[in-house]
Formats: sequence, C-alpha cells, structure tokens
Amino acid sequence: MATVSKSTERAAGSSVNAELARRVVFYVLLTLFSLFFLLPLVWMIVTAIKPFAEWVQPNWIPKDATFQNFSDIFQDPSLPVRRWFVNSLVIAAAFTIATLIIDAMAAYAYARMEFRGRNLLFGLLLATLVMPGIMFLVPNFILIAQLNWIGTYQGVIAPGLAGVFGVFFLRQFFQGIPRELEEAALIDGAGVWTTFVRVVLPLASGALATLGVITFMTSWNDFLWPLLILGNERDMLTLPVGLATLPRTVQFRLRQADGGGHRHDHTGADPVPVPAAVHRAKRGDDRAQGVAKQRQRSMAEK
Amino acid sequence: MATTPQVKVGAHATPGAGVRHGRFSFLPYLFVLPHLIFFAAFLGYPFFYGVYISLFNFDFLRPEQRPFVGAENYINLFRQGSIQFTDFWRAMINTAEFVLYSVPPLVILALLLAVLLNGNYPGRNLFRGLFFAPYALSVTVAALLWWWIFQPQGGMINHLISSIGLGGRQWLSEMPWAWVAITVATIWWTIGFNTVIFLAALQEISASLYEAASIDGANPIQQFFYITIPMLRPVMIFVLTITLLASANLFGQPYIMTKGGPAQQTESVMMRIYQEGILENRMGNAAAMSVLVAIILLILTTLNFKVFGSGDNEQ
Repeated sequence: MATVSKSTERAAGSSVNAELARRVVFYVLLTLFSLFFLLPLVWMIVTAIKPFAEWVQPNWIPKDATFQNFSDIFQDPSLPVRRWFVNSLVIAAAFTIATLIIDAMAAYAYARMEFRGRNLLFGLLLATLVMPGIMFLVPNFILIAQLNWIGTYQGVIAPGLAGVFGVFFLRQFFQGIPRELEEAALIDGAGVWTTFVRVVLPLASGALATLGVITFMTSWNDFLWPLLILGNERDMLTLPVGLATLPRTVQFRLRQADGGGHRHDHTGADPVPVPAAVHRAKRGDDRAQGVAKQRQRSMAEK
Repeated sequence: MATTPQVKVGAHATPGAGVRHGRFSFLPYLFVLPHLIFFAAFLGYPFFYGVYISLFNFDFLRPEQRPFVGAENYINLFRQGSIQFTDFWRAMINTAEFVLYSVPPLVILALLLAVLLNGNYPGRNLFRGLFFAPYALSVTVAALLWWWIFQPQGGMINHLISSIGLGGRQWLSEMPWAWVAITVATIWWTIGFNTVIFLAALQEISASLYEAASIDGANPIQQFFYITIPMLRPVMIFVLTITLLASANLFGQPYIMTKGGPAQQTESVMMRIYQEGILENRMGNAAAMSVLVAIILLILTTLNFKVFGSGDNEQ
C-alpha cells in the first residue's frame, strides 16, 4: 500500500484505486478551470500583438508579431486613450485621497468619541448597507445635473464619498488599537487632532493602505456612474467608459477590410451582416448627444 | 478595556470626554462632519428625493412642466398598454433569467473551486492568483475580452468549435446564445470573489471535525455534505445574497457585449432605467422603476435570509 500521510485518508479506508481516482478527478478539474481562466487572457495578449491581417485568424502564435496595435491606439484620434488615462488617474487618485481623509476622521469619532446622536447616526450609516444602490441612481444624477457637474470630475467623485464601507472598515480597526497609546499622547499634552494624526493614523497605516488599494481599484474600474456623468463628453471619459466604445471601432475596421473582398478567417461561419446592435448603438448615442445639448441649453437658460 | 482611566490634560478633553464631563464638545461633530455632509447629500437626501421624483411627471429638460401625478408612474408599470409596460417587464424578465442562469454556477462552482484550492499541493497559490485575477479587471475589459472571443468571425470560440468539426454560431446576436455568452463572461469575471470568500471560510473549519468523522468511517463525500456544507452555511447565505444583488444589477456586460440585443432580449433592468431616465429623460418613470426594483430586491434579500438563515442562531 502506498504511504498515506493523512489520517483522514487512512481511516477512510479507501483503496489505492479510489485514492488514485480522486487525484485524477482533482487534477483534471484543476486543469480545466485553469484553462478557462487562462486562455481568454492569453488570447487577449496574442491578439494584441497580432497585425491587423491576423486579428480574425485562429493561430495562437502570431506569424508576424508586432507592437503596431499599441502605437495605433495612442495615435487614433477617435480614441484619446492618453486623455482617458489621465482622467481615470485623476478621478481615482482624488477619490481615494478624499475617501481616506473623510472616512478616517468619521471612523475615529465613531470608534472613540462619545457624542449625542452617535448611535443614531451610526445606525443610519448601517441602514444604507441594505439599500439597493439602484434607488440612488436617478436622484443622484438629477442632483449632479442641478449642481451643473455633468461632465466634470467632481460629478463622478462626490457621490461615492457618501459610501459607508470605509467608515466601518476603519472604525473596526481603530477600536482594536490600545487606548493607552492615545492616552499617553494626551498626557504628554498633545491635542485630540495631534493624537489622531501623529499616533492613531500611523498605527493604522496598514488598514489605510488596504482601504486605499480597494478604493482606488473600485474607482478605477467603475463603469456605470462615470458613463452617466461623463458619457457625452469624449475627452472627459475614464478608461473603462472610453474603451467600451472600442467594439464599434473594431467592427468598423473589420467591415472595411471585409468590404475590400478579403476574408481572412477560415471558420466557415457565415459572414456577419452589419450587426443590428451597432446601428442601434449609434442611434442611441446620437440621441444621447441630442439630449446632452438640450440639457446644456436648458442649463444655460437657468 | 472597559475601565479606562480618565485623563484630563489642560484644556484638551480626552476623546469622548465631551459627554462624560457634562460639557458639550463640538469636536466629535467636526470629525464626523465631512463624511456626514456627503452622506446626507448623496445617500440620505436621494433616498427621499427618488421617491419624490417618482410621483411627478419629471422631465429634467422642462422644469416649468412637471406636474404631480401621484401613483400614476407606478400604475403605468402595471397597466398593460402603457408606454413603459412592455419594455419594463421584458427587462425584468430578462434580468430574472440572467439571475437564474448566473447565480447557481457563481455559487456552486465557486464552492467547488474553493475546495480545489483548499488542498495542500505545489503551486496552490499560483492557482489562487489565477482564479482571482479576472476580478481585478474592470467590467469593460472583461466584457470586451469575451465580446472578442464570442465574435462570429475570428472569435476564439468559433475557431475552437470549428476545429472539432462543428459549425460556429452568431453568439452575440442569437438567443439563447447571447445569454450564454454574457453568463460565461460574468462567471469568468466575478467567480474569483466568491471563491476567495468560500476559501477563507473553509480554512476556518477545524481539522478535528474531519478527523473525528473519518474515524467514524465517513468518506470524503460524506464529510463534504455533513461537515463542510453545514459549517459554511452563514457564509453561503452571504455569498448567495451578494451574488443575487450583483446579478440583479447587471449592466456593463450586455451594454458592451450585446447592446441589449438581439431585439432587446438581453436588456437588463438597469439598462432600461438608464435608457428611460437618462437617455430619454423620463425621470419620473425611471425613479418609479428604481423604487419598485429596490423593493423587490429588499424582499428577495430578506427571504434569502429567512429561508436559508433559519436555525442560524445555534452558531
């Protein structure tokens, strides 16, 4: 009998065959899942270094590897990628810094100070956790429009600062810091603010860094809200919203190439007629732009 | 912890001394204020404002013409033949369909993945990283990636299918294949999050339970169903709830991959509200839809806790 190290396996009394079968199933599953997660990423990278003529071909190894696509996206005037990158960076950085400051202050008060209405306020914060976010979409959009913040950074940033996750997260951490450290600082004559900035925040640097990373990534990847607020101003888009316009660009190029009589793929699939979705998308965008113009006009009249 | 010595230094109070000394201190409020301003403006006020809007024929562009219509926006959602009825309920049914397709695999496969990752074998952390990686991407990247993979011409899927001798499909413009594409993309993108939560919970389960069970002769499958599953129950409810909510909020994947097509058959409720309220400026109607959807989600969440959470108190 093979050496069985784990007591569980020994006591289960499974034969060598059953154990072998388990291992096979285990590795087969692991491999299948790994392929499922890995192949799309590999295909993305492969396509990225394929020249245009190879885009729709099935080869996994580019015959003619090139970085042309990378320089192309930075030169295409319809894709101001550099500008989008800056927008994303400014929004995510400002949002993260503001969140850390605002949430740390609030969390410290909720964790350490006693004041009238504390439990009521904290209960209100808790209550919003169960509220479906969908409720706030339309009213917040109107609010931002009334502030004349459509198409601005602050319009994207401000509503997110109401979030309560950071407050809970940091409050939890602050409560774990031994009070004695703060009291020592106070005895030495430091004010509450100095104690907070010089003693508590440095102790919480790990938690602040974690919250910072989560906040930055959430903001960087956010899609729906930036689309609502910035959707009509191409130069103000964040990267995710801007890149979402890519399907049209790509399909346009592919159709142009197809129109030239060259079909590069060998799948045998029927050639696609111009997808209805593209037409619809165009129409939707035109309408949105019309609405935006009207909106600006009505704003100007106010 | 409870007995903290009271320290009084000069003019400064200890944190929290305000009430205890009977002196009113503004200080705590100053700390809370910055967050509270944003909280009140963008979570508190909109909560009521949304309901308020839903009672008006609220056209943002025409502030002079904004009549109070009472419950009409809500009645319209239930009155066959109103402008909103067909579109809204189609979107509702679409979203419910997607919830049914996506939630079971997102929970069950995540659990399976977590069990696979919980073992002790070389490269374990590599696999953990791989399975979680897509979650770090934006919905745009994930959806664009799968949009490209599901392209009828030159898409990876059709290449793979034709290489085993089958015909390709118009994945993104045929039903039900558009749902298949959106569901697969969603699973790929978000399952890592559920997996990580399950994995953390699995590692909390004491090994002694398994040892006791195996001494009693329980095989690994029995151990899974009689130890792992019951021990995971609280986490299971949590994962089920957030997955349900996330799937009900479906927006980016169909917006990017299908534009809601073919023939609006993958248009989700979020897309409908976006279309109605933001693109077509009927904000009263959109607000009414939002309120209705929010109520349904609240009921579903509560039911979820009631049904799966009963007997949870033992823990």
